[in-house]
This record gives sequence, C-alpha cells and structure tokens, in this order.
Amino acid sequence: MDLNTLWFILITVLFTGFLVLEGFDYGVGILLPFLGKKDEERRMILTTIGPLWDSNEVWMITAGGAMFAAFPQVYATLFSGAYLALVLLLFGLILRGVGFEFRSRLTSSRWRNAWDWLLFLGSLIPAVLWGAVVGNLMRGLAIDERMVYWGGLLPLLNPFALWAGVTFVAIFIMHGANFLALRTTGEVEKRAKALAFKAWIVAVIVTVIFVVWAFFATDILTKPGLNGLVPAILAAIALLLVGFFLRQRRHGWAFAMGTLTVVFATIMVFAGLYPRILISTQNPDYSLTIYNASSSPYTLRVMTIVALIFVPIVLAYLAWTYKVFSDRVTGKKVVY
Amino acid sequence: MDPLPLARWQFVITAIFHWLFVPLTLGLSLFIALAETRYVRTGQEKFKRMARFLGPILLLNFAMGVVTGIVQEFHFGLNWSEYSRFMGDIFGAPLAIEALLAFYLESTFLGVWFFGWDRLSPKVHLLTAWLVALGSNISAYWILTANSFMQHPTGYALQGNRALMADFLALITNPNIPYQFLHVLTGGIALAGFVIMAIGAWHLLRSRNLDFFRSLFRRAAIYALVGSLLVGIIGHFQGQFLIQAQPLKMAAAEALWETEQPASFRVIAFPDQEGRNNVLELNIPYLVSFLAYNNFTARVEGINELEKMAVSRYGAGDYVPPVWITFWAFRLMVGAGLLMILLGILAVAYRRPEERRGFLKVMLWSPILPYLAGVAGWVMAEVGRWPWIVYGLLRIEDAISPNVSAGSIVFSLALFTGVYAVLSILAFRLALKHVVQEPVAAQTAEA
Repeated sequence: MDLNTLWFILITVLFTGFLVLEGFDYGVGILLPFLGKKDEERRMILTTIGPLWDSNEVWMITAGGAMFAAFPQVYATLFSGAYLALVLLLFGLILRGVGFEFRSRLTSSRWRNAWDWLLFLGSLIPAVLWGAVVGNLMRGLAIDERMVYWGGLLPLLNPFALWAGVTFVAIFIMHGANFLALRTTGEVEKRAKALAFKAWIVAVIVTVIFVVWAFFATDILTKPGLNGLVPAILAAIALLLVGFFLRQRRHGWAFAMGTLTVVFATIMVFAGLYPRILISTQNPDYSLTIYNASSSPYTLRVMTIVALIFVPIVLAYLAWTYKVFSDRVTGKKVVY
Repeated sequence: MDPLPLARWQFVITAIFHWLFVPLTLGLSLFIALAETRYVRTGQEKFKRMARFLGPILLLNFAMGVVTGIVQEFHFGLNWSEYSRFMGDIFGAPLAIEALLAFYLESTFLGVWFFGWDRLSPKVHLLTAWLVALGSNISAYWILTANSFMQHPTGYALQGNRALMADFLALITNPNIPYQFLHVLTGGIALAGFVIMAIGAWHLLRSRNLDFFRSLFRRAAIYALVGSLLVGIIGHFQGQFLIQAQPLKMAAAEALWETEQPASFRVIAFPDQEGRNNVLELNIPYLVSFLAYNNFTARVEGINELEKMAVSRYGAGDYVPPVWITFWAFRLMVGAGLLMILLGILAVAYRRPEERRGFLKVMLWSPILPYLAGVAGWVMAEVGRWPWIVYGLLRIEDAISPNVSAGSIVFSLALFTGVYAVLSILAFRLALKHVVQEPVAAQTAEA
C-alpha cells in the first residue's frame, strides 16, 4: 500500500470518528429544546456532552488539518469552491463553540432559552451542511483543468445534496436520542427512549430514499473495482438492528448499532470515491485524486511517522476520558 | 470591487479577534497549573480556590479562541486557496501536527479538568491541569512554526509553482521559532499576570476576602513582572534577528529611510510613504546602532538602500511595507511593554497592595497594556512582511482564491465581524460578572 492510500484511509478514519462522535452530540444539540422541558432537564442534557463535545470537534479539525497536510489541493479546491456553504457551517460551529460556555453563566430564563435555540441552530446547520457537502462530493463538482471550481453556491444546492443533508440530520437525531437514553435519568430518559424509536423509523425511510437515489445519481455504489456497495449493505443491516434492539429495550446495543451505521456509511462514501477525492463532472481527468492532489512523498513520509507515534497516544487518553465520564447524569451531577 | 483588500481585511480582523483570547489561555493555564501544584503540595485550600475561581475565565477564553481559530484555519482554503496550493506541502504539516499533538490534548483535558474535580484524585487532577497548560503552549509552538515559515522560510525546495518540504528538521528548527515562541509565551504570562492583578485589585479596593485576594494579587504581580521583563528581553534579541532576516520590516519599524552610521532612534516620527521621509521626528542619537548591533557606531541600512537590494534580488516592484503602520505598531508595543515593566515592579514592591488605593485603581485598567502590545506586535509582524505572504517566495496578490467573488467575501466578512463583535462583548461581560463574585459564592453557584 502506498502512502497516498494510507493517508486516504487515515482521513477516512478521522472523518468516521468525527461523524460518530459529533453525530451524537449534534443530535443531542438538535434535541435539546425538545427533550428538555425545564431548565434542570436541559442542563442534564448539556452535562451529558459537556466534557466531550469539544474533543469530539477536534476530530473534525484534525481531519481538516490532515487533509491540508496530505492533500493540499483538495483543501484549496473544496474550501474556495464551497465557500458560502463553509462560511455558514463555520457560523454554526461558532454558535455551538461558545453556546455551552455562555449559556450556564447567567441564570435568566430568557438568556438560557435563547442559547438553547442557538445551540439547536449551531447543531442543525453543521449537520445539514456537512451532509450537503458529502452529497456534492458523491455527485462531483464542475472542476476545471486547473483544479478550480467556479460554480458558486447555487449548483451545490441540488436536490440530491440537500437530501443528503436531511439524511445526516435524521441519523444524527436517532444517534443522539440513543445516546441520551443511555446517559440521562428520569423524565428526559423516558422521553429520549420514546423518541428513539420514532426517530429510527424516520431515519430508515430517509436513508432508503438516499441510498436508492445515490445508486442512480452517483457512481459511489456502482463503479467498477472498489465501491461502496458492501459497506452500504452493512450499514443497512446495522441500521435495521438499531430498531430491533430498540424494540428489545436494549439501548446500549441500539447505540452501538447506530455507531456502526455511521461507520459503514462513512466507509461507503470514501470507498466509492477512492482513489478520487473530488470528482470533476466536467471531465473525469480533471478529478482530484489521492495522487495528483497530494503532498510530496517526503511530506507524506514525515506525516506518517508523526501519525504512527501520536494517534495511538491520543486514542488512549480519549478512551480514558470516556471512561471517566461514562456514568449516567443524575439530577445531582448536573454541572451546566 | 477588488477582492484582495477585502480578503486582507478579513484576515486582519479574524487574527485580531483570535489574539484577544488566545494569549490569556497560554499564561492563565500555566498560572492555574502552578496554583494547583501549590495546593497539592501544601494542602492549603486557598490555592485550590484560586484555580477553581480562574477556571471559568480560562474556559470562556478557550471557547472564543477555538471559534476564532477554526475560522483562521479555514481561511487558508477559503480566501487564500492559491496560498494553500503553493504552500500546502509545507504549511499543512505543522497545522495537522498541532491538532494531533496539542489541540486534542488541550481540549480533552480542559473538559476533564473542569468537570473532574470530584471524580479524580488530587494528583491525577493536577496532572490534567498541567496537560492543559502543556497542550495550549505546544499548540502555540506549532502554529508559530507555521508562521515562522512565512516570516523566514527554511528547509524547502521550489518545484514548478509549489514549495515542497525538503527538510523537516530545518522546518522545525527554523531560527525564527525560538524568538517568536518565547516572545508569545512570555507575553501570555505577562498578560495573565495583569488580568489576574486587575481582578485582585477590584476585590482589594472593596476589602473583600483580603487574605485570598492579596495572595492572588501578589502571585500575579510576580508572574506579570517576570513575563514583562522576559518578553522585553526576548523581543530585543528577536529584533536583532529580524534585522538580518527581514531587514525592510525592521527599517520600516524604525522609520529609517536613509542608511545611517551611527543610526538614531526615532521616539516619534510621522513617516511620509510617498515623500520617503519623516515629516517630523524626535531622535535619540546612537541608540538604533546599539540596539541593532550592540555597537554605538554601527552602520544601519535604511529603507531606500534595502529596497534597491530587494529590487535587484526579486525584480522591479514596491518592497516597502506601510511604514506608518509598522513604525507605530512597534512604538505602541514597546511603549506598552515598558509601562508593564514599571507597573510590575511597583506591584511586586508594594507588600500591602490593599493600602495603595490609587495604584489599585490604575491596576484595574492595566490589562489594556498587554492586550494592546500583543495586537500591535502581530500587526507589526504581519504588515511588516508586506508585500510577501511568504517572505521572498510568494506575494500576497498571488495567494488569493481566484474563484471567490468580492461579494462572497463581503458577506463572510460582515457575518464573522458582526458575530465576533457581539460574542466578544458577551464573553467580556460574562467574564466580568464571574470575577466580581467572591470565589466562595462562585463555587456554590457552580457545584
């Protein structure tokens, strides 16, 4: 395996980690104003992700940094091309980033209510937009021979990409509800459990439409050689098992299966793209691949050594953190 | 409308907002770790209260630092995609390493530290405090490694229209890094010292919790003085390095148009960029020669001579950075730094600060100085590099995204500037509200 492929896999891993972890905390953020009726309930919900969401977001930042280091042309093309979408995404992330700290510092109910809705938006906007970005990655962009996309925002708002956004939101809501069912107590726990099954039904319907659409509108599931078909099937099985375990009231398993759904769905997209990263709809030869968009072999070698040393260390202490904060949040342990 | 000035304004604004929050996290995380160490060593509750009392300030600053930093990182792809294409092979590496080595560490353990008081043993909890301090400062180190390449490229090879990394060791041992990193670190220490002293002064003026706040104030005073002295000393050597590495930046910072031997120091000057002279100046003879070369009669090259050398090296063009901005940013930074040293000496000398009411009132406002110095320092560093985005290798106008319209930039510029302005005011008011509470009351409100 060459280093270009290794870095493609590493970036896949980072995006998978990001979507699994931020997936549930985006979901929790979206559900916050609905599952928490009273301030104490909302504080309980926030406490479940309080110590975790920040390091979850670092997965996204690291994925971006790794993309910059290993495939700088992709970084340049994607960010300058999808400019306004990414600006709005950043806007959502800003609201989220400060919302957790700001909300708890004042007790006025107007202040707190306002931040609950800003946190809702700050979770919804990135979820939709990441979905739309991934949808466009699957479809391809009108990239020219100089690796530049000139089309602006409107072509990015095509129905398929928007539906990808809806799919992301539906799966994240299910994932977040499963997470809250595990980590909360009392009324919130009951509501989360009741919602989880309904959210699962919606997620199944939305996802089926998305996958069928992707089958016809993109080559992600059908291209010769490596494609996303097998991971798509695995993701579908995992998603069906979420419902099965929810009926059995085994919420830990339901959450685990939801996690697998996200993992396989992410692998589906990246396997379908490989070895391309940004597909050109103008001419397949203009596509950015792991070879023509990559850094030099020397830089890839240096970065590989760094990653081999530090990724295991990071994973070890992240696992420790999750262990420290793995218990349920009861009324007494609310911090926010 | 030309997108270039808009994109530049956007970078300036994001960078300044970022720099209003990050330096405090550098110094404050270290201050907190030191206080908590004292607590674990001596068992005195007072030091634990210090750490907990300052925790929310660290968290607020960290959050604002993150949300301004993400935008900063995305900017390289959004507005400056040609820069990313040219530099990605070199520039992406330190950014990715920063995320992996430092940002994970800082953000993970900040959460554990803040929420873990009752879950971890005191020693493990102390370890998390040090990991936060380590993480935030390693983070600064790698970001400055990336910036150092822009100031003084090392370890690269040009291939076609890209700069490739040729020697990773040369990249991370860039001689610019130690100066810049230590300058930023000690600046952060000084800033944290003054901010904490201002908090202490507020309470001492009201004679509240005298023992606690006197102790906090005096610890912060030493911290601020050490930081202020070191940032000045390191800054001096950094200046000597810059005369070699970026001579036009330093000549502009001194508003030295003609080569002089011996060269005078301009305390005040009103540079006229068009006329290539200073309309008015107030000089101290010999001083620039001495500051630059430790020799009162050394020859110091002026802007006009240096520009001729630049033209013969890089071809025809304008190579003189905006002298007015560079000169006054430098004066502002140094002036604020000297005042900080003076205030720091007084703060350490006054053994019973609660009796010096006039002094305490001054100290309430003193954090303005290190904030001003920090922002001015970055303005000098970045504006003084003009016309280069990467010194000697890539010009600013060649780095901008070709496919982003001025309208798009106006939209994002307005959005981010508005959001940052509102959030900065809120963050400041929330921090203020927290620090005027007494720490005991603050604890019960939080637990």
